[in-house]
Amino acid sequence: MSDDARGQGDRKEPPDDEAALSARLQRLGERLATTSRPSENGSGPRQTADASAFARGFRLSTELVAGVLVGAGIGWLLDRWLGISPWGLIVFLLLGFAAGVLNVMRAAGVVRERNLND
Amino acid sequence: MAVEAPKFDPIEQFQVHNLFPIGKIGHVDLAFTNSALLMLIAVFGLTFFLVGATAGGRLVPTRLQSAAELMYEFVATTIRGTAGTEGMRFFPFVFTIFMFVLTLNFLGLIPYSFTVTSHIIVTAALALTVFLTVFIYGLIRHGLHFFNLFVPKGVPIYILPLIVAIEILSFISRPISHSVRLFANMLAGHITLQVFAGFIILLGTGLGALGWIGGVLPFLMIVILMALETLVAFLQAYVFAILTCIYLNDAIHPGH
Repeated sequence: MSDDARGQGDRKEPPDDEAALSARLQRLGERLATTSRPSENGSGPRQTADASAFARGFRLSTELVAGVLVGAGIGWLLDRWLGISPWGLIVFLLLGFAAGVLNVMRAAGVVRERNLND
Repeated sequence: MAVEAPKFDPIEQFQVHNLFPIGKIGHVDLAFTNSALLMLIAVFGLTFFLVGATAGGRLVPTRLQSAAELMYEFVATTIRGTAGTEGMRFFPFVFTIFMFVLTLNFLGLIPYSFTVTSHIIVTAALALTVFLTVFIYGLIRHGLHFFNLFVPKGVPIYILPLIVAIEILSFISRPISHSVRLFANMLAGHITLQVFAGFIILLGTGLGALGWIGGVLPFLMIVILMALETLVAFLQAYVFAILTCIYLNDAIHPGH
């Protein structure tokens, strides 16, 4: 019955069929509930840690700055230790910027963490 | 802050004072500071509260026990949501960090108190503890497979070195953003409060009675900011804890 109601309700039947509509809404609600419920087993989903816009913005900016800082620090140290100035700083500053952008994208949930392909 | 000299210093509140000296190691003067005092208060207060609240172990909890159970449930849900049920083995760690930071943040809101978490050395120490825990636990548990964390799957071989370098930098940058976030939030909030409080003094000493009346406006601002700071104090402790969970999740399940 449910499949019939859905197949026809989507296209043919007029939308004032209240009972079918509410049944479909209920089914949609159930499906949403099952998909969005956090799974209880080992590999838990990630939630973003942000609860307010300010905290979110602040988190994103620190992520970017941290990446750049680490890159600059490593580059500078390599320059000092290996005497390859200024190449270490140049290369690692760029890499650090890339890492910062990656951090930001992860923090914002644009890229799922550690999951580039699957 | 002397009233006749309306020169106020919003940074002064973050000064670490020596309360009494302990000794000297090498060239380092060891002393019991106000920072250490606040941390001790936090630790003992928390211990007394939690032990006292759960000592009865009643089936129908008292109010105190109920509060303690609420906190347990809150942190436990956070860990299960971010690091899965396996993350619960780190529950004592995360709970300690969360409660410690939360208590210090709230203690810092008390006037004339001192905000320990507004010092980056404290937050950096906490963040580095988390970082090293993740690193060492990941290595012990997964051995060299832990380094799969830096090697995303399905990346073409010719850009893999670049990606790995970026991933490693991103991993190393974690304790920095982790610690700076908490520290900067507390620092900025408390400086803002102090600056607005300074406005009142400036107005009052500069304009007399009219100034004190005008000072109502910055005072209102302080009231609002205080509410905001209370929120931030909780929120930053929560963010610190949840990021700890996210990082621990990498130690538990790397490379997935």
